[in-house]
Amino acid sequence: MSTASFSPIKTIAKRELSGYFSSPVAFVFIVIFLLLAGFFTFMVAGFFERGEANLSAFFVWHPWLYLFLVPAVGMRMWSEERRLGTIELLLTMPVTPWQAIVGKFLASWAVVALALALTLPIVITVNYLGNPDNGVIFAGYLGSLLMAGAYLAISAMTSAMTRNQVVSFILAVVLSLFLILAGYPPVTNMLVQWANPLVVDGIAAFSVMTHFESIQKGVIDSRDVIYFLSVIVFALFTTGVILRAHRAG
Amino acid sequence: MINVRNIKKTFGPKIAVNGISFEVEKGEVLGFLGPNGAGKSTTMRMITGFIPPSGGEITIGKFKMNDQPIEAKRLIGYLPENAPSYADMTVLGFLNFAAELRGLQGDARKRAVGRAVEMCFLETVLHQSVETLSKGYRHRTCFAQSIVHDPEVLVLDEPTDGLDPNQKYEVRTLIRRMGEKKAIIFSTHILEEVEAVCSRAIIIDRGKIVANGTPRDLKQRSEHAGAVTLRLLDGSAAAVKGTIDGISSVDRTVVISESPLTVRAYPRKNTSSDDLSRALGEAALRERWQLQELHIEEGRLDEVFRNITLPDTAAAAKEASK
Ligand SMILES: Nc1ncnc2c1ncn2[C@@H]1O[C@H](COP(=O)(O)OP(=O)(O)O)[C@@H](O)[C@H]1O
Ligand SMILES: [Mg+2]
Repeated sequence: MSTASFSPIKTIAKRELSGYFSSPVAFVFIVIFLLLAGFFTFMVAGFFERGEANLSAFFVWHPWLYLFLVPAVGMRMWSEERRLGTIELLLTMPVTPWQAIVGKFLASWAVVALALALTLPIVITVNYLGNPDNGVIFAGYLGSLLMAGAYLAISAMTSAMTRNQVVSFILAVVLSLFLILAGYPPVTNMLVQWANPLVVDGIAAFSVMTHFESIQKGVIDSRDVIYFLSVIVFALFTTGVILRAHRAG
Repeated sequence: MINVRNIKKTFGPKIAVNGISFEVEKGEVLGFLGPNGAGKSTTMRMITGFIPPSGGEITIGKFKMNDQPIEAKRLIGYLPENAPSYADMTVLGFLNFAAELRGLQGDARKRAVGRAVEMCFLETVLHQSVETLSKGYRHRTCFAQSIVHDPEVLVLDEPTDGLDPNQKYEVRTLIRRMGEKKAIIFSTHILEEVEAVCSRAIIIDRGKIVANGTPRDLKQRSEHAGAVTLRLLDGSAAAVKGTIDGISSVDRTVVISESPLTVRAYPRKNTSSDDLSRALGEAALRERWQLQELHIEEGRLDEVFRNITLPDTAAAAKEASK
């Protein structure tokens, strides 16, 4: 692949980023994410009372925080282009649809990455208070970022389906919730009473929960990384299919 | 530059474009006329590669849109219907973005954006965000985007829609000037615009081309085309009509108004308008009419347009009766 195919991606990503920051979307997302993450970690999970030198009280909330916050970031990705009609400009430029899809996706991912980077003070705190395993913490961040990427790709996909941001948001939340619940222990424990445990495990293998928790343990297993990357690739590919179908009429 | 061969587009059961073919060379401005819903925008969307045709082939320069979309799109500048733009960007930011996507960098980009800004009179709003602009400026911003890379092909979907008369005039002048070196297609339903700007016009109706020619050719299809109109200072309508009816090259005569007395004479088949006007001139001398005006009607585009396209309601009735 030549560098020429990356330059439109960069241009599109840059425009998207400026869009996130010229509207309140990025700021609202970052502030609410930090507030909620802080609230759950310190007030609900009792980070200090636990007396543990790790960040599990912090990461455990991420699947649920992202469930609502990430679709809020991603919901406008394509629906806004369709509503404004700018999709007609964008896709008649000399860029391929996948360059546009990837560019927009990367920009939204950068917004989430920035929010995550702003939680670094908590890493400093645990290092100050105790002797944490920073490898495990790094794995936690990596898992969290990958999970956010998966949610975002799903939001990209649902935003391509409609020009209405609210519909796009709701669809993304429902799909993401499904990906969480398929491997959420209270749900899987219930399912085991009805279905063959092998089937339940099979379904759970498709869940972000299973893979997120596995990475949280501090082992970066390639299967978990591949899982998240496949969700991203699959959802972005589907985004392209939806956009093409929409244009073909 | 633009070669469209038998393109079709269906949306479910609806046939929006039904076998359209034409060519546009550099130095030509092709006007695309037709009632609402005729398929103008759909055709333009296919030419610019936004939607794939259900059949047929589009070639831009030497690139087939289907096989080499990126190369083909590089040659085109496009102003979509309603001139969309990113509301949250400034005019300058938007034009820089468009220029960058067109592969312009650094100084080349600056020069290109500067030129487009100057051509579209956007200097005063450069740092304003698009959503705060008036419709005319928003329109010109999107127009500027379409010419930023000085494309060989320009596709403009209703470029003067929503502009005030001065802005319309400016945009037409701009199109005509650029038409000297580019291949331009633009759609409109304003007929004077076609006469003012186009070297050729196509009228489409319900997805098909119903007329194709220079504005002059098209006007000659008008029923008045070739008739000769006289205006007299005085004289009685009946007497004048009687005299004219007696001329051998006259088919029929219509009195358009009594005061000032205006009469229109239609030539017989196989008689040229020149012969008719000469005969009328001679009659005027002979009868000592106080002739104020005598001219050959060129025909009127709006009339041609009305005659060969069906209004929405008639089209709907026709569909229903099938
Ligand atoms: N995406 C679409 N889906 C369904 N029908 C469409 C679509 N786009 C256009 N049409 C229909 O195709 C016809 C031609 O539309 P259009 O090309 O916009 O006409 P014009 O630009 O000449 O007014 C219209 O009847 C319109 O309703
Ligand atoms: Mg239209």
